[in-house]
Amino acid sequence: MDIFMILAEAARSAVGPIAAIYALAAVGLNLHFGYTGLLNFGQVGFMLVGAYGVGISVAVFDLPVAVGFLVGLGCAVVLALLLGIPTLRLRADYLAITTIAAAEVLRLVYRAGFAEPLTKGVYGLQNLSSGFREVNPFDAGGRYGVGAITFTGNQMWLMTVTWGLVALFLLITWLLIHSPWGRVIKGIREDEDAVRSLGKNVFAYKMQALVLGGLIGALAGAMLAVHQGAIQPDQFKPQVTFFLWVILLLGGAGRVFGPVLGSMAFWFLMSFTDGFLKGLGREGLLPFLSGPDYGAIQLAFAGLMLVLLIVFRPQGLIGDRKEMLINVK
Amino acid sequence: MSSDEVDTSAAVDVDRMADALPEPGSSKSDPILVADDVKRSFGGLTAVDVNHLEVQRGTITALIGPNGAGKSTFFNLLTGFDRVDGGRWTFEGQRINGRRGHQVARAGMVRTFQLTKALTRMTVLDNMLLGAQGQLGERMAGAFLRPLWRSQERANTERAMELLERFKLIDKRQDMAGSLSGGQRKLLEMARALMTDPSMIMLDEPMAGVNPALVQSLLQHITSLRDEGKTVLFVEHDMDVIMGISDWIVVLAQGQVIAEGRPSDIRSDQQVIDAYLGAQEVEGESGESGDE
Repeated sequence: MDIFMILAEAARSAVGPIAAIYALAAVGLNLHFGYTGLLNFGQVGFMLVGAYGVGISVAVFDLPVAVGFLVGLGCAVVLALLLGIPTLRLRADYLAITTIAAAEVLRLVYRAGFAEPLTKGVYGLQNLSSGFREVNPFDAGGRYGVGAITFTGNQMWLMTVTWGLVALFLLITWLLIHSPWGRVIKGIREDEDAVRSLGKNVFAYKMQALVLGGLIGALAGAMLAVHQGAIQPDQFKPQVTFFLWVILLLGGAGRVFGPVLGSMAFWFLMSFTDGFLKGLGREGLLPFLSGPDYGAIQLAFAGLMLVLLIVFRPQGLIGDRKEMLINVK
Repeated sequence: MSSDEVDTSAAVDVDRMADALPEPGSSKSDPILVADDVKRSFGGLTAVDVNHLEVQRGTITALIGPNGAGKSTFFNLLTGFDRVDGGRWTFEGQRINGRRGHQVARAGMVRTFQLTKALTRMTVLDNMLLGAQGQLGERMAGAFLRPLWRSQERANTERAMELLERFKLIDKRQDMAGSLSGGQRKLLEMARALMTDPSMIMLDEPMAGVNPALVQSLLQHITSLRDEGKTVLFVEHDMDVIMGISDWIVVLAQGQVIAEGRPSDIRSDQQVIDAYLGAQEVEGESGESGDE
């Protein structure tokens, strides 16, 4: 077993396209939960409408990929309004229930038979990347990187755009949070009645945060569609949302850079445990495991590491422990 | 705490109530708040059923009553934090029933809460700045245009510092509000409410859970609010406190106003003694005998 190769592969995952996409979606979730205190358990729903905005526009209507992005963003705004209008006036847990249910309903609708003319149901949509790759400034055939960590030109292009979007939305988050607007939404996170009693329209602020965070999630979904080139409804299961929550809590909720660090650490760990277990298996050290077991064991192992991290560093990698412990009402 | 101390701040020297008659629903010479037929019931239970109530501008009015009399519900209704079954009320001549909580606050009627709502994971100064009204930077688009709100922010910070100085919280300005003691949180909540520059301030049990040493300073703050021309309406349980600083007392029982009057009127009102003071042996006696 070559531990160096496993580490290199883990490092490659930590900066790769998937880590960037999850970081972007988690930036949106951070705005929801980390700053506004909205319990959104359906961030994957925003990713789904973003991905299918691109997918349907490109594969079914032959539109340019840029139009697909706009369609996806439009769908995210509609979804946020549909979720927010009935629930944001109610207690926080109602939004949690509604979002988790809505994301599942969306997945089931997009894979349903009656939606097949648009979504191709369970077969999904293919050939989504060509428009995006046409404007690729990198050499598609070349390899880029240092040492054992290399990417193809197409991956480089996707990583550049996605990490660029992450940087852009980190900047936007930073600007918003360090403004009076950010003060209001942090106040809402602490106690919305107090903020209401000071003359702020709490509902409007929560809606703004929900829409903006949802838009970021939809962008992540759209990037996922062009990264994979093909999408399928069943990849948007609640598990994706829970990965995003793990990423957010791992990095530190309510910290601007939390989602980025969280995503990199999460995908590093996932890749490392995967490589390590498979390595042990190849050495014949795990005779009691057969092929499909590795995935389950890997998730359990990664879960254990996360439990340890939450026990010993509940504030996340860059959270402020003092600030966190204060939260006793 | 002895009652003579409280009496130093008492309002007996000037009668701010003009010729108001000590009877339920009495009219005042210059009412800032007028409420009519305010009703709220929960299932079969009528929590609030107030026929008519006026609150005189520039006074401290106390709302008292036994547990479950509907004081807090009435408070929530007036400030738009609960939905009313029926009724109308005006504030400074403006109809405000049916308005939501934040709209009532913008109209100039600001409330605090029985269970203090300090925004724990924000600094004391940020708590204060949240109170400032009409901030351009609080709009989402405005948030990006720092030059637009920088001078406003500076002016608000200055005003917040003055208030923190007055409430003796200036040294805590960079601390998390969650690290303050219970009494300091009450002070912060009051100071924060003042940041909105209200004409009327509604205090829901401002003394609850505050240690006796701080009660005096809280009382002084409340009387100085009135002396600056603000109207104070507050719910309170401590009879010494109420008798000491109130210009006017409104007694609620089973959701209805059963008596109104100056502290001296309330002390001798047989109905009040029966409904409220009589029900609580110790306080009932002190209320009956006036000054101990």
